[in-house]
Amino acid sequence: MANDNWEAVIGLEVHCQLLTKSKIFSGAATAYGAEPNTQADAVTLGLPGVLPVLNGTALRMAVTFGLAVDAQIAERCVFARKHYFYPDLPKGYQISQYELPIVSGGHLDIELEDGSVKTIGITRAHMEEDAGKSLHEGFVGQTGIDLNRAGTPLIEIVSEPDIRSAQEAVAYLKKLHQLVVYLGICDGNMQEGSFRCDANVSVRHKGESKFGTRTETKNVNSFRYVEKAIEYEIQRQIEVIESGGRIVQETRLFNPDTGETRAMRTKEDANDYRYFPDPDLLPIVCTADYIAGIRAGLPELPEAKRLRFEQDYGLSAYDARTLTSSRELAAYYEAVVKASGAEAKLCANWVATDLLGALNKLGQDIATSPVGADALAGLLKRIADKTISGKIAKEVFEAMLAGEGDADTIIQKRGLVQITDESAIISAIDKVMAANPGQLADYRSGKDKLFGFFVGQVMKATQGKANPDAVNRLLKEKLAG
Amino acid sequence: MHKLSLKQLSDSLKARQFSSRELTQHFLDRIGRHDPALNAYVTVTAERALRQADAADARLAAGGTGVLTGIPLAQKDIFCTLGVKTSCGSRMLDRFVAPYDATIVEKLDGAGMVMLGKANMDEFAMGSSNETSWYGPVKNPWDLERVPGGSSGGSVAAVAAGLAPVATATDTGGSIRQPAALTNLTGIKPTYGRVSRYGMIAFASSLDQAGVVAHSAEDAALVLQAMAGFDPRDSTSVERPVDDYTAALGAPLRGLRIGLPKEYFAEGLDAGVRGCIEAAVKVFESLGATVKEVSLPNAPLSVPTYYVVAPAEASSNLARFDGVRYGHRTEGAKTLQELYERSRGEGFGAEVQRRIMVGTYVLSHGYYDAYYLKAQKVRRLIYDDFRRAFAEVDLVLGPTAQNVAFKLGDKTDDPVAMYLNDIYTIAANLAGIPAMSLPCGFHQDLPVGMQLMGNFFDEARMLNAAHQYQQATDFHKRWPKGFA
Repeated sequence: MANDNWEAVIGLEVHCQLLTKSKIFSGAATAYGAEPNTQADAVTLGLPGVLPVLNGTALRMAVTFGLAVDAQIAERCVFARKHYFYPDLPKGYQISQYELPIVSGGHLDIELEDGSVKTIGITRAHMEEDAGKSLHEGFVGQTGIDLNRAGTPLIEIVSEPDIRSAQEAVAYLKKLHQLVVYLGICDGNMQEGSFRCDANVSVRHKGESKFGTRTETKNVNSFRYVEKAIEYEIQRQIEVIESGGRIVQETRLFNPDTGETRAMRTKEDANDYRYFPDPDLLPIVCTADYIAGIRAGLPELPEAKRLRFEQDYGLSAYDARTLTSSRELAAYYEAVVKASGAEAKLCANWVATDLLGALNKLGQDIATSPVGADALAGLLKRIADKTISGKIAKEVFEAMLAGEGDADTIIQKRGLVQITDESAIISAIDKVMAANPGQLADYRSGKDKLFGFFVGQVMKATQGKANPDAVNRLLKEKLAG
Repeated sequence: MHKLSLKQLSDSLKARQFSSRELTQHFLDRIGRHDPALNAYVTVTAERALRQADAADARLAAGGTGVLTGIPLAQKDIFCTLGVKTSCGSRMLDRFVAPYDATIVEKLDGAGMVMLGKANMDEFAMGSSNETSWYGPVKNPWDLERVPGGSSGGSVAAVAAGLAPVATATDTGGSIRQPAALTNLTGIKPTYGRVSRYGMIAFASSLDQAGVVAHSAEDAALVLQAMAGFDPRDSTSVERPVDDYTAALGAPLRGLRIGLPKEYFAEGLDAGVRGCIEAAVKVFESLGATVKEVSLPNAPLSVPTYYVVAPAEASSNLARFDGVRYGHRTEGAKTLQELYERSRGEGFGAEVQRRIMVGTYVLSHGYYDAYYLKAQKVRRLIYDDFRRAFAEVDLVLGPTAQNVAFKLGDKTDDPVAMYLNDIYTIAANLAGIPAMSLPCGFHQDLPVGMQLMGNFFDEARMLNAAHQYQQATDFHKRWPKGFA
């Protein structure tokens, strides 16, 4: 396939559920997983006579997002009704934003595989309410409707068609996902639908300035599926055009089982949404003071934090990126550094490698870690003050994970305190030398490599508790004779 | 008892001359006797009313009650009432029992008023004759062959015939004022945002406003006082203190500046109606008001503007009636599409369907700018007309309707003729200003209403003018034969 002559043009629409306790236009709860229709009040049900009242927290979160992507916050934005009939849409219209969205003209920088940075434009982000869910399983010949999700606040984030490959799309999505979670405006749970993606894809010959006809692939809800769906769609479109066909503007659905997309509806079938400003909601005015207040409360963003970690802690770019991948992890790391007084690099190794490795094995994350930041700091403190060696520390850490208590308790109980008393180490060296006369003779006749053997024997004789630096130094002296 | 003013009723209840139960029973008896001829009520809530009356009597006995405690009223069947059917005059909601109270229902219940029942109305408040109701037309107590006006036809018929001392109503394009005019009542539509719309079934959200129909400005003032005020559940309600309407009633009118919009006295106005209005103007002059001509040049565009904006909003507001969660659902639909089409086709009457179709059309892709957006611009011009007028005058005075009450069936085949009933009333809704109608005479033995329009939140001044006029005249005290 001559894919080299082709270029994909991709724009993503991301629906991001805002992490409010109550719905965007009513006081009903938004928690996931409740019994069907137990979080549906009169407003959610769209009963006759009810009216929407905007949730101030949802607005604040939308503005927070806008500021974080360096976008314009509209001084005056307007809610509009988007009409279509569907059983899980109680009012027969969705309250959304159309001509005057809250956020417009932002951008997000992504890092490509070759290490270069690419800026992806964010056209707009608008507030809207989520629909309910239609449940087709468990109802023979009928459809169940669960309106718990109806009215959950969303922001729909629309990117510019700046993305050129499935990999870039995933990088953008991951970056966006990290950002909204960082900002505390979304839980980022893709399985529960808190963060959902539609992909607009078209292809064109390289060098062409006009866009090709695009398709929209709906609801691809994992990073892997996004990649697969886009790759499939790019390939499909190239094949259609190369075999003399034309791309039809349509909505397609991704099937995760087959890895394929299939046509759902064409543009001709599309609804005429009959948007018009919602007369039940006055235009929202965001004053400069209001926006400034939100700006002042913005958390440190991932980029800034990563740079600070590199500078303040002397970490590598890789470690800094790992440790700032989430706000919780970064906070954990900083707490460990602060409480342990240990070297920042040592702390980074322990958090990024030992802790994350262990959590990964346990299927836990930083928030549910069985070893808290203070506890890990307690362990690293003992490495720093040479009570235990790094090697012994791993054993202590295992015990801590197993719930045996804090580092000091375990060190005490297991008698793991490092031997720094030189006379004890010398006595151990003497015994080892006496027990291995052959090796001693070989070493002394020039087999330097046997040094490691002696170190191992001494450590073994001291149950690993001897201070490795002292062992090295003293052993060298003694072996030299 | 049914001819007493609210003030007199209140004083009598407090003096224990009769109990709220006796008063309530009196109205229930009258409903039993007269309503079969009028069809003013969709639902009579006798038991609930007597319970409320007993509770009111207990409060009256304990003393320290408000002015409305123990006084009965009719609620227009557009306001949701917990546990009581709320039909909105439609088959669609024939079996709909609301699980909550509208804000104004809560407020009036809280004031100790006794709900006698739910008043008939044009279906979803769409009509000017109360002939579109699923429950059949309401008759005008002044002539049973004539319409009472609409959409609040049940509310006005009940009050005019003494089947309730006062009633709530709503006004989207004249639905309080035109029926009040046709039945010799005083009806007020306050400023948009003055009374909460929460729990009032929406017809056209940017125009709908709740108000009162009563026998006098004083009665209307008392009830409006209890209804008005900010409601955090309605984003369009206005957070602003409510004036003391009754306190303002007694002020003399010396120096009041009244404007007569020349467009309201042009072609189409019945000469008999015009005569009554001109006589009323003289009364105001004799009370010390000064009168001058003003112009509302865009007023003739009110009807076409309204018939774009209102159906557009209605088509959207009525989308929720889909047979899925509540309301009429067709039997045996095989597909979702069929469920929608048949439920809505069966549940909505012809006028409602007509407006949904017009509204859907004007919001459609490619037509939105030409119709909806254009109408919104004209709306702004109409608003500007009033701004200019109120820079010169305090109140604008004119006829409420072109004619007196017409015969049942006269205009049912001609929607445009029906729509022209609201030619003088619609502008106030489009601008959002308060307006009222009050009796100013009779033509061909039928009542004639005059309209007063005020500046934003100037209800007190309007009610004051109406009250002073009613102190100088007695048209509002006349009673239809057969309902004495």
